[in-house]
Amino acid sequence: MNEHTLHRFPGGLHPEQHKSESNGTPIQVARVAGTLVLPLKQHIGAAARPVVAVGERVLRNQALAKADGFVSAPIHAPTSGIIVAIKEHPVPHPSGLSAPCVVLEPDGRDEAMQVFEPWPNYAAIAPILLRERVREAGVVGLGGAVFPSAVKLAGTPGTPIHTVVLNGAECEPYITCDDRLMRERAEEVLRGGQIIMHVVAAHKCLVGVEDNKPEAIAALRKAAATLDDPRIEIVAIPTIYPSGAEKQLIHVLTGERISRETRSTERGFLGHNVATAAAVYRAVVHGEPLTRRIVTLTGSGMQHKGNWEVPLGMLACDLIAQAGGYTPDVARLILGGPMMGFALGSDEVPVTKAANCLLALAAPDAPVDPLPLPCIRCGRCAEGCPVELQPQQLLWDAKAGDFERAEKQDSLFECIECGICAAVCPSHIPLVHYFRYAKTEIWQREREKDKAAQARERFEARNARIEREKREREEMLAKKRAQLAAQKAEGETASAAADEKQKAIQDALERAKARKAAQQSSADGARPANTAGNAADQ
Amino acid sequence: MRFQTTASPHVAPNSEVGRLMRQVLLALVPGTAAAIWFFGWGVLINILLAVGAGLLAEALMLAVRGRPLGPFLSDGSVIVTAWLLAVCLPPLAPWWLPVVGIVFAVVVAKHLYGGLGYNLFNPAMVGYVVLLISFPREMTQWMLPHGVAAASLSLPEALGVVFTGQLPPGMGWDALSGATPLNAYKTETGQGHLLSAIQQSPTFGMLGGAGWEWLALGWLAGGLWMIWRGVISWRIPLTMLGAFGLLALGFHLYDPERFASPLFHLFSGGAMLGAFFIATDPVSGSTTQRGQLIFGAGIGVLEYFIRTFAGYPDGVAFAVLLMNIAAPLIDHYTPARVFGREAGRS
Repeated sequence: MNEHTLHRFPGGLHPEQHKSESNGTPIQVARVAGTLVLPLKQHIGAAARPVVAVGERVLRNQALAKADGFVSAPIHAPTSGIIVAIKEHPVPHPSGLSAPCVVLEPDGRDEAMQVFEPWPNYAAIAPILLRERVREAGVVGLGGAVFPSAVKLAGTPGTPIHTVVLNGAECEPYITCDDRLMRERAEEVLRGGQIIMHVVAAHKCLVGVEDNKPEAIAALRKAAATLDDPRIEIVAIPTIYPSGAEKQLIHVLTGERISRETRSTERGFLGHNVATAAAVYRAVVHGEPLTRRIVTLTGSGMQHKGNWEVPLGMLACDLIAQAGGYTPDVARLILGGPMMGFALGSDEVPVTKAANCLLALAAPDAPVDPLPLPCIRCGRCAEGCPVELQPQQLLWDAKAGDFERAEKQDSLFECIECGICAAVCPSHIPLVHYFRYAKTEIWQREREKDKAAQARERFEARNARIEREKREREEMLAKKRAQLAAQKAEGETASAAADEKQKAIQDALERAKARKAAQQSSADGARPANTAGNAADQ
Repeated sequence: MRFQTTASPHVAPNSEVGRLMRQVLLALVPGTAAAIWFFGWGVLINILLAVGAGLLAEALMLAVRGRPLGPFLSDGSVIVTAWLLAVCLPPLAPWWLPVVGIVFAVVVAKHLYGGLGYNLFNPAMVGYVVLLISFPREMTQWMLPHGVAAASLSLPEALGVVFTGQLPPGMGWDALSGATPLNAYKTETGQGHLLSAIQQSPTFGMLGGAGWEWLALGWLAGGLWMIWRGVISWRIPLTMLGAFGLLALGFHLYDPERFASPLFHLFSGGAMLGAFFIATDPVSGSTTQRGQLIFGAGIGVLEYFIRTFAGYPDGVAFAVLLMNIAAPLIDHYTPARVFGREAGRS
């Protein structure tokens, strides 16, 4: 392996790792248990449109819902069974809200159907068809962002992709699902990388893995040697949070600094999580849609820690019960890692494509929101910020309601919500919380502004229409008046002709009257029912 | 199963205001010990008086403002303020001097501006300047350091002086007090004396003033420890001492008989204490990283000019307060550069 020059992003944090609790045992396959609840929206973009009916029997891999629009992704059945409902069900969301879900009652037979033709020889297949396959298979970013992968593969028009970056950094504490995946299925990951390179015509594939995962790095290097593809390079990067954030990882690997407002693809980089690459491989080479994912179960509140390959839609409570349950003093359940994950109010929510980790914390480890002291402007947050923001200033903006300044001058939307600022704050201020609030507030205002603009547009259009109609009516009236005037003027000269015409009409009317009278007398009394019927018809 | 929800990140915070303040207090120990050694029990009495009165004033203001006493009293910020003010005051000053200073600092400079985190000016320096302007006689009666002074006082004797103003029988102020090295330097160069002659006086030591240089070394040690522990950043101390030292060097090279060497300046008066403990107050200082460089350098420059050309022998307090005024402006003009923005523009 040749030495790769690494770069250092600003700020960062070395949180306690807690990786060894869950990365020591192989991935276990969770058996289907309980009812599966599949949210129609497990990805960024529009919710999928259901294509099955309640009562219908479905087979494993069958599409339950189709992508609705360009940025959307379909949902497939993880096992065979009956669709028992399509209804609102609690989904994993910070506010604990419900969303439309397809509810599948497994029949235990796990009968599969082949929905896609396997393409082991994908190199002979046109990139556009491969992209369509990735889309049809419901592959989304499995690092947690769940952005539809096919959309990313489409890239930015006019900017060719030169480098595919496979993200195996897994920088969040506790989470080890990518670690285990890379150790056990390194070749699938790298083959997925090769497919992605083929689709976007890239000539390089960098796989970035934090150096706290030496086994994964060794496995990847071994697989790379087997594949003997000089385009692939496995790079061990220093362990520092958040090296797994896409722009930060690209910086570490290449020195490129890409702001949040620029897409990586605009600069020729395409980033995918290693699990996504493996899913692309399964979809293309084996023709399998995405119906399972690897989930890390860990934390001091979890009886047995490890990684599980879980059918999507399985309820977290069912999965955790199967894995051995909680410890008696469990106090907090977090979906995702401790830095960026969110606390679940209930474990009766399904495992979705985004669920990389279920972290249960026992009471001593579960921080309760402490009473925040005022900001003392010590600037630790700014020193830790990986995008060089001034969180202390953004806090003032958010508190003062100065969203304009937060957005324009203090670059609020560059914040990746990595949580470092809040983690290092000596005053224990929930900074990320304030920034989310400010962002939501700005979005809300923009929506209102859009609405107001629309209303104004409509109002103006209506006024214009009324004005136009009035004008048209007046024009018509004027024309008519002119016509009448002209007719009047013509009238005198044409009166002789008119008399003749009048006489002809009179004659015709009289003829018609006579005919009617004759008809009336012949029909009288003959068809009374018919007349009544006619009357009723009217 | 139901769970309580909290906002991310779900990790125990790795620092705490109270712990930061306790670390600052710990870093104050070497310099304070040197001060007590060279200037006697009066230093300790000042600290105790200021801390006691400060805590009382803080509790009173918190109660008046309806704020919880527990978390705010235990944050330790008022102890730091009081301690810093106390070590700037002449030992053996009348008891009410530190009390008036700290009460003004806490009530006016801190709480009338909104309490912890909201004060525009460094409270300790506000208290110091109020005392300096209001009570110039008490504020300039400095002790001679141990080894230079003709006499020293025991703890009971010192207490007697502080609370009654009466020296022990048979002892005169002349035996205890005298001009500080900076004062001597200022008045004598003002009279046209040559530095080489002035520095023959026993109040001058190897680096700065006799005794004073040990205090400076103590503050320096505490300051370096704080940088090492990440309590403060290097930016403000380095740029402040750097700008101050460079200016002193320039003037000294221009006329070594009139302008003292940078070493003398750095190791006399409040330069070290100011650089590591006072200018680094985060609340009233600049908070952006580039801003801190400007803020520190500004204090260094102002300090030198006030010391050398203005009416006061030392200028740390005024320099810090003047730059406190400028801090919001500096922050405004040194905004975040933001990762990737610079490349995005090119």
